[in-house]
Amino acid sequence: MNSLIRIFAVLRKEFLQLSRDRLTFGMIVGIPLLQLLMFGYAINTDVRNLTAAYADEANTHLSRQFISDIAASQVINLSQRVDTVQDLNRLMDAGVIAIGISVPEDFDRRVIARDRSAVQLLVDGTDPIILGVAQQLTALPIAFDSQTAAAPLRLIGVRNYYNPERRSAVNIVPGLVGVILTMTMVMFTAVAIVREKERGNMELLINTPIKTPELMLGKIIPYILIGLIQLVIILTMGRYFFEVPIRGSYAHVLAASLVFIAANLALGLLLSTVTKTQFQAMQMTFFFFLPSILLSGFMFPFDGMPVIAQNIAEVLPLTHFNRLIRGIILRGADITSMWNEMLAMIAFLAVTLTLAIARFSKRLD
Amino acid sequence: MNLDPIAISATGLTRKFGSLIAVNNVDLEIPAGTIYGFLGPNGSGKSTTIRMLCGLLTPSAGAAMVLGMDSVRQSERLKQEIGYMTQRFALFEDLTVRENLQFISAVYALPRARRRSRVNQLLQEFNLMNQTGQRAGTLSGGQKQRLALAAATLHEPKILFLDEPTSAVDPQNRRDFWEKLFEMAQQGTTILVSTHYMDEAARCHRIAILDLGIKVADGSPKELGENIAYNVIEVVADNPNSARLSLAQNKSFTSITQLGVRLRVLIPKEIPDALEQVQLNLRQSQVSAQAEPVFPDLEDIFMAVTEERRRAEAA
Ligand SMILES: Nc1ncnc2c1ncn2[C@@H]1O[C@H](COP(=O)(O)OP(=O)(O)O)[C@@H](O)[C@H]1O
Ligand SMILES: [Mg+2]
Repeated sequence: MNSLIRIFAVLRKEFLQLSRDRLTFGMIVGIPLLQLLMFGYAINTDVRNLTAAYADEANTHLSRQFISDIAASQVINLSQRVDTVQDLNRLMDAGVIAIGISVPEDFDRRVIARDRSAVQLLVDGTDPIILGVAQQLTALPIAFDSQTAAAPLRLIGVRNYYNPERRSAVNIVPGLVGVILTMTMVMFTAVAIVREKERGNMELLINTPIKTPELMLGKIIPYILIGLIQLVIILTMGRYFFEVPIRGSYAHVLAASLVFIAANLALGLLLSTVTKTQFQAMQMTFFFFLPSILLSGFMFPFDGMPVIAQNIAEVLPLTHFNRLIRGIILRGADITSMWNEMLAMIAFLAVTLTLAIARFSKRLD
Repeated sequence: MNLDPIAISATGLTRKFGSLIAVNNVDLEIPAGTIYGFLGPNGSGKSTTIRMLCGLLTPSAGAAMVLGMDSVRQSERLKQEIGYMTQRFALFEDLTVRENLQFISAVYALPRARRRSRVNQLLQEFNLMNQTGQRAGTLSGGQKQRLALAAATLHEPKILFLDEPTSAVDPQNRRDFWEKLFEMAQQGTTILVSTHYMDEAARCHRIAILDLGIKVADGSPKELGENIAYNVIEVVADNPNSARLSLAQNKSFTSITQLGVRLRVLIPKEIPDALEQVQLNLRQSQVSAQAEPVFPDLEDIFMAVTEERRRAEAA
């Protein structure tokens, strides 16, 4: 009973303070919006209208058709026509174009004979996204495997399938849920406690009969709610801006998110026990955030990583959450079919929370 | 009712921070219902001692019993019984005065009805009725101090620890504050207050003088004055500067402190004719001044005990 009174007192205090803290309040809404827009913007520009030039040395009916079909795909912006491959090389070295298309003199013969690739793509390999686009473009000549008349129809089919904009958003928005929650949840709790140390409030708090778990619970609960608000913002934006559907059940999204949020909050508490200033807390958050974002499968495919990186990734809650949320949102998977991912996050939560409570001392030494 | 006449006792209390000994082998015996002062300059270990007595810092050596409880092992039980006003304002600056007190009342888990009446009572008592809706961060120094004291006394503790409570407060507020303390002591609360103001220390029933972590003296201000090894001669001169220069030539005068036109001269008690020596010194330098023996005030006591310690160390 007394415990409840105290937890409720901390809760009320946190909410009052939150409602007066414009900066934190702004971050709660601002970070998800900004990240979503940032990624959305990047998706839209990087893979659309890449500047490109072409050298059509064949200049036949078929080659002109091929060029105009590529231009129609809007993935690249075929702004210039040059005479030779050397011209393309020059433009690429100068950074004027990201992609060059070289159509050789014997283009028609190659298309029909299919012994060598009919067209050569010159790609600025410094940017992995451009490389990705190029790989998609290489699929286009396959459409020329039969007769000239059939080509345009097949090209359209290929183009839709490889619409890069849609595919990326579908993958990235569910991934962003976890990334944004990792960043904000860990940081908010770590900072919320360290701030009280810095301001001297903690010396007053630890001299009262409040117990460590009461204080921690009172601190965590408001941020769980904030995490859920962010979840709703991201998924709603994803749904209406990027047309990412939620195929699975809302209850399963909620369940996975709740455990994930709690795991990150517990980590934030743990970080707060090893830091003395808000700045240190931010640094520690980043220290954790970076491997999370890099290794969790959000940025790079998990299977392509070395074993040691995979092992580290298995510890991070974001890895498991990404699998869960992608499964539920994109495949409509049932959470029970991925119980081991839930279990991994629960284990992380239990360990960090226990450590945080053990490490948090009601003493100053 | 706590019938034990000793509220706080400590033996060999020591606290180290790395190689620094912040509190060094301090013994304390503080009778219940008294106002006990810790007097000492900044860095002398006042806050560290108070934190150890509250159970917030673990002593490196020694132990303290507070209300019959061990300050380390029974610190959680102790917390219901003690109030602590930190040196730095520790309430929430982004909460209002009332919200702060409400929070504290709930953290001490007062019964619901009692919480409301107690908060209102304290707002009245500490003259904060006009500030109830004001954010604590925007209060004046005196108001902050009253709020902090209200928060520390909300759960009616038997012992109150006040760490330099008046450092950011104007004289009128300081007077009112001390009246409040006497009232509470009258009602049986034991009050331990640290300060570096001599006049405040002089109001305490008993004081301990701390210097570089060592307790160099303790007792009532009167006892301390009687017990120091020095006589104090006060000199009033038209030209106190020349009087000071003249007196400084006599190496047996331990210290000369100037307060406006008055000089206070500390002379070891071994020297029997202190007054005559001073008068002779002034006459020889042809400085016109009146000299008379006075009872040592706390400033003198402080000089005397820290001086003794330095001598002991040098020897
Ligand atoms: N947490 C700490 N870590 C290291 N040194 C400390 C700490 N707290 C106090 N000290 C040092 O201990 C000494 C006594 O400090 P303190 O008790 O705050 O003195 P006072 O309250 O009398 O001004 C000072 O030299 C101070 O720098
Ligand atoms: Mg201090």
